[in-house]
Amino acid sequence: MILHRVWVYIEQQGGRVHPVSWELLGVANDLAKQLKTKIGSANEKVSVECVLLGNNIRTLARDAICFGAERVYLVEHSALEQYMNAPYCKNVTALAKKYAPEVFLIGATNLGRDLAGAVATSLETGLTADCTELVIDEVDRIDHPLLLATRPAFGGNILATIVCRERLPQMASVRPRVFPVPPKSDNAVGEVITEKAVIDFRDRRVELVERIQIDQEGVNLEYADIIVSGGRGLGDASGFKMLKDLADVLGGKVGATRPCVDAGWIAYEHQVGQTGKTVRPKLYIAAGISGALQHKVGTQNADFIIAINKDPHAPIFDMADVGIVGDLYDVIPEMIAQVRQQKESESL
Amino acid sequence: MFHAVVAIKQVPDTTNIRIDPETGNLVRAGVPAILNPYDAHALAAAVEWKRRLGGIVTILSMGPPSFAASIREGIELGADRGILISARQFSGADTLATSYVLAKAIEKIHSEEPVSVIFFGKQAIDGDTAQVGPGVSVRLDVPVITYCSKILLIDCEQNEIVVQRKAENYTEIIRAALPVLLTCEKEVSKIPFASLPDLVRSLRYEPEIWGYEEPLELDRDKVGSKGSPTIVFKTATPAQTEAGELIYCDAVGVANAVKKVLERTEFRSATRVME
Repeated sequence: MILHRVWVYIEQQGGRVHPVSWELLGVANDLAKQLKTKIGSANEKVSVECVLLGNNIRTLARDAICFGAERVYLVEHSALEQYMNAPYCKNVTALAKKYAPEVFLIGATNLGRDLAGAVATSLETGLTADCTELVIDEVDRIDHPLLLATRPAFGGNILATIVCRERLPQMASVRPRVFPVPPKSDNAVGEVITEKAVIDFRDRRVELVERIQIDQEGVNLEYADIIVSGGRGLGDASGFKMLKDLADVLGGKVGATRPCVDAGWIAYEHQVGQTGKTVRPKLYIAAGISGALQHKVGTQNADFIIAINKDPHAPIFDMADVGIVGDLYDVIPEMIAQVRQQKESESL
Repeated sequence: MFHAVVAIKQVPDTTNIRIDPETGNLVRAGVPAILNPYDAHALAAAVEWKRRLGGIVTILSMGPPSFAASIREGIELGADRGILISARQFSGADTLATSYVLAKAIEKIHSEEPVSVIFFGKQAIDGDTAQVGPGVSVRLDVPVITYCSKILLIDCEQNEIVVQRKAENYTEIIRAALPVLLTCEKEVSKIPFASLPDLVRSLRYEPEIWGYEEPLELDRDKVGSKGSPTIVFKTATPAQTEAGELIYCDAVGVANAVKKVLERTEFRSATRVME
């Protein structure tokens, strides 16, 4: 029997799974569905599988199954307690060599990028970073599925579709929030296969001395439901205080464009766009943002966008659901006042 | 002795790229080429530690002859030696092929003068892949520490380095045995002002050109487009989105404009996935 395997790396730290892993299981299942229509004989099967590394994390395998993994390859060892590049890379590489997946998806988080580049090189295969679209090529009959991995290039001005024809696995990294989290099915059935860890004493060359949590939540923009973002139109750093007030009254977070971060008005953690975070809020308010493509790349998945800009021809209005042409220093305070008023009347 | 190798790349300034609205093609003309900003900070860190410890800083780059300008910029910032790997056979390299050639070059540099730390920027701003640094580390079997935001200690006698690195929600302090490969954030070091002797030297500096035949012994199936498993299948310009309704403050007043917008704003039912 021929098994076409679509793999997802489950990113966990301290027993918490990064939700991008579940998002990727959703993508993997979509790819598997496309693949099934292209299978030639009853002798072939498609399987969505994942790899999970760590220590005392067996319970997470169940979650992976509920989010769509048919099979979980689980590696547990005290040396894998904390993520470190070399031991994780060696174990993931060993598993990929053993099972030969055809597609392998990894979240493009800091940890995922650290791992993906090393694993792809160990496997001497191709890796496409930061994909925003993944589909199986429309070819009638194939030996192995050809993954079409599309990513923004040149600051979002071009969408390039990359293929890796002759080597396997075809690896791709995907940023958090580019795809939705699939529904969780509590009675899903799957298999957990325990694998032996590969341990190389030379990896003790690197030692984690200390890990300092910045703050439990971090800025966590990717998963914010409401984001109030500012651009160059703010004029200076102090404008972000006003945006913070609006974000607070709405229960949201503050975002920013790259020029603001480059100018040092606000920390990088707030940057939205191709070189910052990809966001997927229910409401995105863009204040004083012209709407450069590299910004658009990070915000196009927002459900509803309000743009505020002085210039009626600003490109941001082309992607906004509704736009206000006016001075943001008039509009934002008015918005804060009206939302506050609305909240007060609701609480009465 | 402290010997740093800094891998740099020249990139188009992506903040200035425009699309020709008629043809949909990338307008390359007039787009300035710059030293990748993260690489500049990585280089500054290498030079900073050279000033403290003594030693040398070698710059390494792969690309067309025009990349010499960025190497000269590196000499101006305080590097001692610049090597440019350049030949037509290297063109079309993806991250896998690039990491192969860079690793071979670093091996060669190391054989002449042992390398303590290999510096990379965390990513290049044209591709944003962040893949080459970890790839080179695997090929050299040297530990990689990505997203390095601060170097706390380099001790060449004790053969030790301590750095701080950044992840999304935490920072880590990592201790490692030398040699290591770092990929650096901008915070790792400030770009210094060039000293007059470095500036003068950089003006006339010609990098060593390493070609396809020598001095590296390369597996020809592993370089350039031949050694690159990924290829561009097609390109497209992003779809235009439909513009939403515009409300002019001048026409209806600020209060009315805001009121109208808030009324129009719909919140889809909250489905929380992250608890």
